[in-house]
Amino acid sequence: MTVRQAELLMAIATVLMSLGLMWSSTDGLSISWVSGKGPGSGFWPFWLSLGMLLASLATLFRWFTGATPESRSEEPYISREALTVVGVSVGALLALLIGIHLVGIYVSLLLFLFFYIKFVGRHAWAITILLVIGTPVFIFALFEWGLKIPLPKAVTEEWFYPVYDVMYGTDHFWMYIFGIFATLAAVSLAIHKFAQPQKG
Amino acid sequence: MGITRRLFTGIAAAIGMTAMVAGAPGMAAAEWSPKKPVEFIIMAGTGGGADQIARLLQGLIEKKKLSPRPFIPINKPGGSGAEALRYLKDKAGDDHTVLVTLNSFYTTPIIQKDLGVDISTFTPIGRMALDTFLLWVNSDRKEISNLESYVKAVKETGGTWKVGGTGSGQEDSILTAMMEKEFGYKVTYIPFPGGGTVAKNLVGNHIDSTVNNPAEQNEFMRAGETKPLVQFTPERMAAYPDVPTAKELGHDIVYFMQRSINGPPGMSKEAQDWYINLFKTLFDSEEWQTFCKEDGLTCDEWVAGDALATFHTEQARRHKELIEAVGAAAITGE
Amino acid sequence: METILVALAGGLVEAFQPLNLMMILLGCTVGLFVGAMPGLGSVNGVAILLPITFLVPPTAAIIFLAAVYYGAMYGGAISSITLGIPGASTAVATVFDGRPLATSGRADKALTAAAIASFIGGTISVVLFTLFAPPLADFALKFGPAEEFALMVLAFATFIGLGGDDIPKTIFSILVGLVLATIGLDIISGKPRMVFFDIPGFLRGINFLVLAIGIYGIGEMLWTLEKTGGNVIVHKVKMTWAGFVENVKSVKEYIKTTTLGSVLGYFVGTLPAAGATPASLMAYGLAKTFSKDPDSFGKGNVSGVAAPEAANNAASTGSMLPMITLGIPGSPTTAILLGGMIIWGLRPGPLLFTEKPDFVWGLIGSLYVANVFTVLINLAFIPIFVRVLTLPFTILAPIIFVLCIVGGYAPTQTMHDVWLMLLFGIMGYLMRKLNYPVAPAVLAIVLGPLAERSLRQSLLASQGDPLVFLERPISAICIALAVALMLYPVINGMLKRRRAAQAE
Repeated sequence: MTVRQAELLMAIATVLMSLGLMWSSTDGLSISWVSGKGPGSGFWPFWLSLGMLLASLATLFRWFTGATPESRSEEPYISREALTVVGVSVGALLALLIGIHLVGIYVSLLLFLFFYIKFVGRHAWAITILLVIGTPVFIFALFEWGLKIPLPKAVTEEWFYPVYDVMYGTDHFWMYIFGIFATLAAVSLAIHKFAQPQKG
Repeated sequence: MGITRRLFTGIAAAIGMTAMVAGAPGMAAAEWSPKKPVEFIIMAGTGGGADQIARLLQGLIEKKKLSPRPFIPINKPGGSGAEALRYLKDKAGDDHTVLVTLNSFYTTPIIQKDLGVDISTFTPIGRMALDTFLLWVNSDRKEISNLESYVKAVKETGGTWKVGGTGSGQEDSILTAMMEKEFGYKVTYIPFPGGGTVAKNLVGNHIDSTVNNPAEQNEFMRAGETKPLVQFTPERMAAYPDVPTAKELGHDIVYFMQRSINGPPGMSKEAQDWYINLFKTLFDSEEWQTFCKEDGLTCDEWVAGDALATFHTEQARRHKELIEAVGAAAITGE
Repeated sequence: METILVALAGGLVEAFQPLNLMMILLGCTVGLFVGAMPGLGSVNGVAILLPITFLVPPTAAIIFLAAVYYGAMYGGAISSITLGIPGASTAVATVFDGRPLATSGRADKALTAAAIASFIGGTISVVLFTLFAPPLADFALKFGPAEEFALMVLAFATFIGLGGDDIPKTIFSILVGLVLATIGLDIISGKPRMVFFDIPGFLRGINFLVLAIGIYGIGEMLWTLEKTGGNVIVHKVKMTWAGFVENVKSVKEYIKTTTLGSVLGYFVGTLPAAGATPASLMAYGLAKTFSKDPDSFGKGNVSGVAAPEAANNAASTGSMLPMITLGIPGSPTTAILLGGMIIWGLRPGPLLFTEKPDFVWGLIGSLYVANVFTVLINLAFIPIFVRVLTLPFTILAPIIFVLCIVGGYAPTQTMHDVWLMLLFGIMGYLMRKLNYPVAPAVLAIVLGPLAERSLRQSLLASQGDPLVFLERPISAICIALAVALMLYPVINGMLKRRRAAQAE
């Protein structure tokens, strides 16, 4: 696909999107200026969506007249190499999000990082294992331990009960803070030591 | 290849062991207690009354070490509490989620009919307090000294009297609609995000009157910036011995805001009992009673479990009547 | 004046109590790291640490929380610059120039500028706070809905010229941000708006951070992956003492915009409705408008980092003013601080200054001290932060993706927002490739809700009469300033042309 084609498709998409938003903002809402009260509840979204529509139509018009550089460019929109690396990343992210719903965030993170670092990045085993284990541990320590923000665990929830026993069994808060910083320091030190870019 | 297989075997073994360890302590447990952090859902945004209460309770639970797992306050303010109610409904059968309510617990399912939430299915735990409302005006309004002069002033403006509130469909908008009906005047209701902002706009004379909670106006009253005219309680509160109730003046307007704790539908009996015990301890604590007194809350009577369910049914019915009487349109505007 | 100085001296003595000093140090460090995590801001740090403060006396507790708040303001810039993801909503404007500086190998310069500008902003605002707290509290009271709307018009006016060259695409970007901001419950009518497919997540509306992390986190990563093909962005970083001194000396490049940003930030921060995010965006817009070289903004101008950083720190101090004197939170973080004060039995309000002077002046004193500590801690960590950029991109990218996802989840704790974030990220990437500017959409989603609400509140109050904005003095001044700002580039251009013609 060339940039020129992409520009047309995107303009059509934005026209459709504007129309969809306009339609949606009329659903049970007043789009008019209510006398004595000012704009109704649908006024702001409706007329601004109309503005979006007009701006999209202007882009479409400029595509036909060839006014913008994008509408004249015959360069490929996404090169084959870029498509591979971006496509793989987007695919892995989608898999990660679906994984969070199915097996919780920690297992999904493990698989995601393993896939990305080992298969996309082709890094050494040492650094792969360090990061694949270290990142989820760090995230757990910071969010669940330090900040008390529970992350979604889906079916793996019960695996964490013994961890909670340890976490909340003691009441030395300062140790937690120290633990987080120690993990952080250890991980960054290790990254510094091992994460030199590979040759070739 | 060998490394990969060995690694995977190792991971599988580790997971298996964790699962076994996880299973063990659950069986021996005699009395129920939370096994993971408890989600403490607040059906309003940060900084509001419900939020303050939730954070105070969370702090007290930790200070007194009442729970083996922490309570984690999570704000779900979307759609006047609709987001929180839907969330709780979807959590049916969960023993680790509780909700702090305000009156949108009753009104939101009535006004937003397609929400599909029936609050009578929720598990009642305990009522922590009743919040009250007073009618406030700026102290600069020398001509207004009581309800009578207030009604006269409102009527003279012919509908341009500006009443600030926290949003159409919220408690204060219902109370405002009740007053419109009782006194036969019309006002312009202007919503602001949060009771604090409403109070500030009254002090700055951007609005003419409000029906704030005591906590939101007390400091301004002490500084002489605003004054209360009427309270909407059955009897005068100890904190305002000189302010008459609407009832004394012959107008039957009594309105409360309940602050209660509720669980999702189908919470286990053991968990419900545990939470009732926990919040009863908090309710009786000196800290909570002091907070109630300072904030003008009524915390005389502990209502829990089935008694709270009865209270909810009664309140929901009353709100339905109120909304029908004043008309949903009068509350939601447009 | 004298009474203020005496009180302040008392406050500083209070701040130097060993316990309080320890609280400041610890708070600043915790805040710095919490602020540096994408999606986590001061609000998380403060909310979580609140119960812990039961262990210490109220003054030490509020000092601790204020230090966390302060540290987080500094920390937000770190991920904005090194990773290109706004660490907090207040640091979005820092990305605009911080990221280009980092990818061109000058991350140390940007980080130093951010730290120093934050320090200047913090200090100027604390001084303003000390000297003019009561009159400013009165001023904040004068701000009703009409004034708020006029301020929003002024804010939009400062962004003129922030978009790209393609005018229809820039307009589209602004409008899409404004429309997305209207999703969710409309408080004026009490009706849910544009809840697509009845998904409950839309009832809450679209969190600004979701769009910002989506576009700048995920979108930026995809963009960089395409450009670098997975290689290191910046190869070698030279961090020497001489380089550091050089960086500190370059403060004269941005001292003017920083001072302007600080004062602006403080005033905007004191207004209960606004807060630090609009303040930092306005400061960025103004810095660009009045720059001698506006074209270099967005491509790596140090002033573009310094101005918003000064403003957001100044605003965070500013937002403590309405909290203490009016009991109204100026930001979500101060809302939680306020909750804390109430729990400790301190009633914020007009009488707090006179009834609890030890507490108030102890807090103010600690702000001075916290400022000094935070800038030192921050400067000390810069060499470590800069190293992040020397990691291979195939290691950095997955970690950043993970931080984005966790950071997108943390504020609201719903997966709905994480999915939206991914969607925005991919859309942002595809549109950016076609020269659609993305910054205006992010600005619009911040200011849109405030602008719409205050417009409708004012018109309700005036019975639908739009002249209300010109009849009230403060709002009329804001509108006049906005018109002047919009005309400024036009007039400036005309003057330049005339001068050029005269020269010939």
